[in-house]
Amino acid sequence: MKFGILVNEGPYTHEASDTAYQFTKAALEKGHEIVRVFFYHDGVNNGTRLTTPPQDERNIVKRWGELADQHKLDMVVCVAAAQRRGIVDTDEAKRHGKDADNIAPGFHISGLGQLIDAGIKADRLVVFGD
Amino acid sequence: MTDEMMEEGGAPGGVVKKFLYVNRKAPYGTIYALESLEVVLISAAFEQDVSLAFLDDGVYQIVKGQDTKSVGVKNFSPTYRALEGYDVEKLYVEKESLEARGLTEEDLIVPVQVISTEEIADLMESHDVILSF
Repeated sequence: MKFGILVNEGPYTHEASDTAYQFTKAALEKGHEIVRVFFYHDGVNNGTRLTTPPQDERNIVKRWGELADQHKLDMVVCVAAAQRRGIVDTDEAKRHGKDADNIAPGFHISGLGQLIDAGIKADRLVVFGD
Repeated sequence: MTDEMMEEGGAPGGVVKKFLYVNRKAPYGTIYALESLEVVLISAAFEQDVSLAFLDDGVYQIVKGQDTKSVGVKNFSPTYRALEGYDVEKLYVEKESLEARGLTEEDLIVPVQVISTEEIADLMESHDVILSF
């Protein structure tokens, strides 16, 4: 089956990102296809490489990046939600005159159209959030 | 609403799916309602078949006379009235949620269909993509 994944909550505060990760990993292991993982609302905070949790804790951002690398996952951070919360890539940083970018490896910034597109292409769009 | 709406549009691959947006949260206090509305507008730009359902505190999103001056955030309720211009005309409100809050259809800023919890379940069953915010 083709799944689209929507993550609406940030890491650590809320379990949604953990559950989405476990679901995505399990689906891939069972041979399903993940059309896209889309990060929206505070979910965009899953995509900052500046995240530095204590060493004995899971690194949620890095874990997503590794999964993306292993399975060539398309992980998209919503541009509008990211701008509000200070998640920027090189282009966005330049465009808005910021002195740095912070997008994590494996993630890229794009429009909400990518969420709709995932809804259209996937057999099931699974939403993780409140 | 945003630049990306101007850049994108048209149904990808000519595929039109039935999208249902389930709005369950109060309009202010969290950003869910506002950002949900942004997705609604994008899916309309993608020429999808869009419906909205308002449940629980989500019914407050379309209540008349919203005044946000004292909390210093934008009153985005007029946008619901603009949805018609995007061909988003199927708005459903759960009867039980309205009644529990002492509201009636007359308290709402847009024309809606008031339906029961059971009918909401049927509505969800009849949609391809359900986004709950």
